Amino acid sequence: MAKMIGAPLKRKEDPKLITGNGRFTDDIKLPGMLYGAFVRSPHAHARIKAIDADGALALPGVVAVYTGQDLIGKVKAVPTMWYVTGANLKAKDRSALAVDKVRYAGECVALVVAENRYIARDAVDLIEVEYEELSAVVHQEAALAEGAPLVHDDVENNLALLWKAGEVPDEEFTEAEVVVKQRLYNQRVIPNPIETRGAVAQYNPGSDELTIWCTSQNPHIHRMVYADVLGIPETRLRVVSPDVGGGFGSKIATYNEEAVIGHAARDLKRPVKWIEERKEHFMATTHARDEVIEVELAGKRDGTFTAIRVKNTANLGAYLSTFGGGCPTIDFGLMVTGAYTIPKAAVVTYGVYTNTTPTDAYRGAGKPEAAYQIERIVDLFAQEIGMDPVEVRRKNLIPHEAFPYSTAMGVAYDSGNYQDTLGQALEIVDYEGLRKQQERLRQEGKWLGIGVSTYVELCGFGPSKVAGAIGFMGGVWENSTVRVHPSGKVSVFTGTSPHGQGTATTFAQVVAEKLGIPIDDIELISGDTRSVSMGWGTYGSRNTAVGGAAVAIAADRVVAKAKTIAAHELEASATDVEFSEGVFRVIGAPERSRTFQEIAKSANFAWNLPDGVEPALEGQSFFDPPNFVYPFGAHICVVEVDGQTGEIELKRYVAVDDVGRVINPLLAEGQVHGGVAQGIGQALWEGAVYSDNGQLLSGTFMDYAMPKARFFPTIESRFTENPSPVNPLGAKGVGETGTTGAPPAVVNAVMDALRPFGIKDLDMPLTPEKVWRAMQSRRENA
Amino acid sequence: MVTVTKHISVTVNGALRQAEVEPRLLLAHFLRDVLDLTGTHIGCDTSQCGACTVMVNGEAVKSCTMLAVQADGAAVTTVEGLGQMDAMHPIQQGFWEKHGLQCGFCTPGVMMAMVGLLKENPDPSEEEIRDGLEGVICRCTGYQFIVSAVQHAAKLIREAEETKQAMANAGEGR
Repeated sequence: MAKMIGAPLKRKEDPKLITGNGRFTDDIKLPGMLYGAFVRSPHAHARIKAIDADGALALPGVVAVYTGQDLIGKVKAVPTMWYVTGANLKAKDRSALAVDKVRYAGECVALVVAENRYIARDAVDLIEVEYEELSAVVHQEAALAEGAPLVHDDVENNLALLWKAGEVPDEEFTEAEVVVKQRLYNQRVIPNPIETRGAVAQYNPGSDELTIWCTSQNPHIHRMVYADVLGIPETRLRVVSPDVGGGFGSKIATYNEEAVIGHAARDLKRPVKWIEERKEHFMATTHARDEVIEVELAGKRDGTFTAIRVKNTANLGAYLSTFGGGCPTIDFGLMVTGAYTIPKAAVVTYGVYTNTTPTDAYRGAGKPEAAYQIERIVDLFAQEIGMDPVEVRRKNLIPHEAFPYSTAMGVAYDSGNYQDTLGQALEIVDYEGLRKQQERLRQEGKWLGIGVSTYVELCGFGPSKVAGAIGFMGGVWENSTVRVHPSGKVSVFTGTSPHGQGTATTFAQVVAEKLGIPIDDIELISGDTRSVSMGWGTYGSRNTAVGGAAVAIAADRVVAKAKTIAAHELEASATDVEFSEGVFRVIGAPERSRTFQEIAKSANFAWNLPDGVEPALEGQSFFDPPNFVYPFGAHICVVEVDGQTGEIELKRYVAVDDVGRVINPLLAEGQVHGGVAQGIGQALWEGAVYSDNGQLLSGTFMDYAMPKARFFPTIESRFTENPSPVNPLGAKGVGETGTTGAPPAVVNAVMDALRPFGIKDLDMPLTPEKVWRAMQSRRENA
Repeated sequence: MVTVTKHISVTVNGALRQAEVEPRLLLAHFLRDVLDLTGTHIGCDTSQCGACTVMVNGEAVKSCTMLAVQADGAAVTTVEGLGQMDAMHPIQQGFWEKHGLQCGFCTPGVMMAMVGLLKENPDPSEEEIRDGLEGVICRCTGYQFIVSAVQHAAKLIREAEETKQAMANAGEGR
């Protein structure tokens, strides 16, 4: 049998999806099903004075209307899950439905339940809410200012958290040969999976069981939280995420809408469906980033870095979302030194409430922001001392022999060869040649730019004791059962919950290799709290490094038991039996053998088992990783800026990533493409725009620039492989490499192109207008 | 309020389907909610994402911008009618072979849009495919493998045409 791990196999998931046989949440249709629609606040900050639902209730087909008052004592607020330790955290939870005040435009005020979606929408317009509008505050720095409106009356200065890590004496900066300082704004972005959120809930009054199908990246987390919010024992709440049309972090968070739909189904004793409209997704599904980052890097004239200090003022929105507190603190703060040997580092994060949609994880969650600040300041440092940015990187990258490497932020990078990935990327683009070409083109008035980023990020969250220490309200281990049926076919159960990553294929490759059976004999079962005992879901590129590791260990346990049974049948000792390519053989007597399928049958029939061996053939693992994993890479972007229009043409994009052992290179490359596209999206086009009174101006796909196909060049993707020592697969994580590596590579490239204009820094997104204005103002001042 | 309905007859994936519908019912909802053809997806309110693209009388149309009553008398093909497991359409084969999808939510619409493109241009360049994808949004793939998938499908269609032609020529020669 061919090697399975490392093979570029096409996906087992695809046939149903390409023939229209996928089953997404909105595809679920139940007898007697009703339809829910939410009334949302048009104001960013207002007092609710009265709600009149009579008009809606009078509309034929309307079954019920719920307001915040109706849910008091029945549905709790949806709590955060990350009580960041040592940050004086003032957690504010999102009410199921707003009761006395609304704090962002789009906050749920009431739910209408009707016979169909059209009637429900009609009824929404018939509900009259009387508001007293209050002053709103949108930007985090304004929210911290003296006299700013308070989002929550008892949170002074709107300061939700203040987190500090590391220390650097002032002298490190006052006495340094070189100090560069820059304020960077990592703009607010909106995740926008093409499937919006949604929920279908069904209550069985006979068994008192509630089932919620919803668009979830982590159904067990949703079960845990919604059970508490709805006052249902976990054993009587089943959460199922069927096919999920992308998440990118936005479907990790627990939300009020899903819980309220669950309540309505239980209350009305009829199934209720709610599917978020895109307009609602823009308003009400968590946003991300939105961090003002001030960074100071100290070093020597020879290019060596000596210290870094960073201040992050993060906009958390109106409430503390599920992992909202952790992203700008732990996730960001631990990674501020990037891929470099910087002996001293300090970070402070101000987490601020504003009258905007809550922010939470989005592809990378904190790490892209960390990579952005360090990779930008490294370029500015190089410019300051007149050294090539590649040379500065080479001088400071953590050397291969230093791994495992403990950073100034106190984390241990697992494995790496940063110089090698950089070297390969430089070779692919022909860096020297490009620099010469850039010189030539500048003479012709053409503005070519080359941008490099040598990022590192943190994935595969674990171990659980670390989660506990940092105030994360849950474990971060993962669970797998490998169940062998009498036929020798195998069901793999995982607590991860894939939504587009191709996990059914990846995990089947691991199991096929371990058990020596055809990949088509293996199915993956995930996303249903009734099928899988427990698990923590899919986010933070933890699927393979944590979930896949559990699968590998569980499969090994199957082999160990099967070997005992095979040895017994072959009348040999287990140590005299070898297993390869699906066959157990007596060493030295290969004609004495049993196939895996034969042992599967005999283990399940149990007619002749060795003493003390239980029937059936299953392996189980609850893998709690000993450390995080740290994927890294070198991304190089080449752009040309149009001097007349400010438009940026992407000429080339090279990504050399190291995600440890690559299980399926085809799927891994697909993940890189998607991540890079989202990273470039943030660098050049995407951004949430609010008016000063808190209206989201970029509230549809017509106003929010989603990346389109013709915007991109071919992404040239390669992998190097430095296996991680912290899990048995040696896997790291691939989903976030692109969103982490791309923004600084692109912005560095554009800034490189604009050097002749004397422009040092522009904030993302680098729209043509912004670039043109910057060039024009330099021309006028010249 | 009196709900007005209209009787419509639409040929969907080769079968005549009839229903009483409200004039405001979107074609997308008619296909999904009335006919239970849930392969066609809805991803936005503004006709930007293209997840709902179907063929109406042989042309790619976003079914969220068309009312069901406007499809009265028309022939509609959805992803379910494109091809099934035992006989996949070349575009489906292309997407499977070349990893042209990840979450798969936008995929039915993207494939229908590309069927439309390949009808007009059987041998599109990469640039023409990327331009042809203007009406759809995929958030997962970065589009690169979608381009490969469409190129592969175009090749399969051309090869099938050539085989058909060769067999026709051989028939004439006899």
